Amino acid sequence: MRPLAGSATRLVAPVRGLAQRFAFPFLILAAFGLMLFGKAETVMVERLRADAVDIVSPILAGLSRPLATVADMAEAGGRLVDLHAENRRLRAQNRRLLRWQQAARSLAAENESLRRLLDYAPGPEARSVAARVIAKSGGVFARTVLVDAGERHGVAKGQTVVADRGLVGRIVSAGSLSARALLVTDLNSRIPVLVERSRARAILAGDNRPRPRLEFADPAGGVAAGDRILTSGHGDLFPVGVPIGVVVAEDGAGLRVRPFVRLHRIEHVRILERRAPGPPPAP
Amino acid sequence: MNALHRLDRTARNLAPFALVLGLVVIATLPLRLPGYDATAPNVALIAVFYWAIHRPDLLPAPAAFLIGVWQDLLVGAPLGINALLLLVAHRVVSAQRRILIGKSFAVMWWAFAVTAFAAALGLWLLTMAFHAAALGPEPALIQILSTIAAYPFLTWLFAWVQHAVRGPA
Repeated sequence: MRPLAGSATRLVAPVRGLAQRFAFPFLILAAFGLMLFGKAETVMVERLRADAVDIVSPILAGLSRPLATVADMAEAGGRLVDLHAENRRLRAQNRRLLRWQQAARSLAAENESLRRLLDYAPGPEARSVAARVIAKSGGVFARTVLVDAGERHGVAKGQTVVADRGLVGRIVSAGSLSARALLVTDLNSRIPVLVERSRARAILAGDNRPRPRLEFADPAGGVAAGDRILTSGHGDLFPVGVPIGVVVAEDGAGLRVRPFVRLHRIEHVRILERRAPGPPPAP
Repeated sequence: MNALHRLDRTARNLAPFALVLGLVVIATLPLRLPGYDATAPNVALIAVFYWAIHRPDLLPAPAAFLIGVWQDLLVGAPLGINALLLLVAHRVVSAQRRILIGKSFAVMWWAFAVTAFAAALGLWLLTMAFHAAALGPEPALIQILSTIAAYPFLTWLFAWVQHAVRGPA
């Protein structure tokens, strides 16, 4: 007449022993399963990632502000060391910029008069969302950043991300409060570009190094160190004419581009809303 | 009184796990150090190493797995890679626990350096396999250095937490 509880515990104990023995191999299989799942169902995984990031983005946004302040103070401290040279450099830059401003003014006036002449009606201006970088990809082999604007602010996958100096990358996934942007240096980044001077076409391919590669279909096309690289707008992935960087020659490694934007230091970005491609305006 | 006691117990038991989850979040914050593009230390690896030696009951293998998944989601790595690496690290360190426990800090730091190097190697190979592309190992090497450098600070924190959660037996 054994009590019922006794027989129940006699059943649980070997099951628990079995579970402990197989926990580790099961978890290993689960990890491999996740990797395969991630390879197959990238959309679902990105959704999951975006949801996880949404949970922590308010914390990251709150914490990244004081950090940015500290970093700015450190940089200001470094600049104090060489005030005189910096002053000279800034004066020279100012003189150059004033000349550009003059040229820009006369070009704008000419543009305006030509438009009036042709009765040109420009399309609506692309709107943009301002955002801050709240986390960098701590992953070793990915070059992505998190920004504190999401679907709630009008951000969607595929939108271009720019900073004041030039192209940063594009949005690859958007949660409701935050979004992840793939930088131009990332392994998976491929951007159709053209050389400003010669209008030669190429692809800018990232490989996780600080300076992405320039790949030409036609290697003879005119390009030299010091040329500016802009987006070509091909494939409708990016708007036309966004500056990206300048060509630097590297021995043996072909041509590489040094981005204008200091990608390891970006804080403020703009995310450009894409204009929906509609029918061309009636003549 | 008994329910409150149990609540206290549960909170103490979950503290290391929750702490590591929080540290992984903080590790993604952008540190705009002038001069170079720093790679953040792999805080999850330090945590798994420490707790597998000192309190394996508080951070068992399933916890290491979950921390790895959390890390993969937040950091942008392929899902499952860090989960796998942390699981293996947990297993290996647990097996070596008898040898390592009670040893001096320098010995443990050295053992950790070996673990970090192996983990970085694993990460590099797995990432290349996942993307089916060749990758330079330099970012992983930088991360090894920053992780090994962060080890003393984090173990100091974990030792404090370990002492704090001991509480009434």
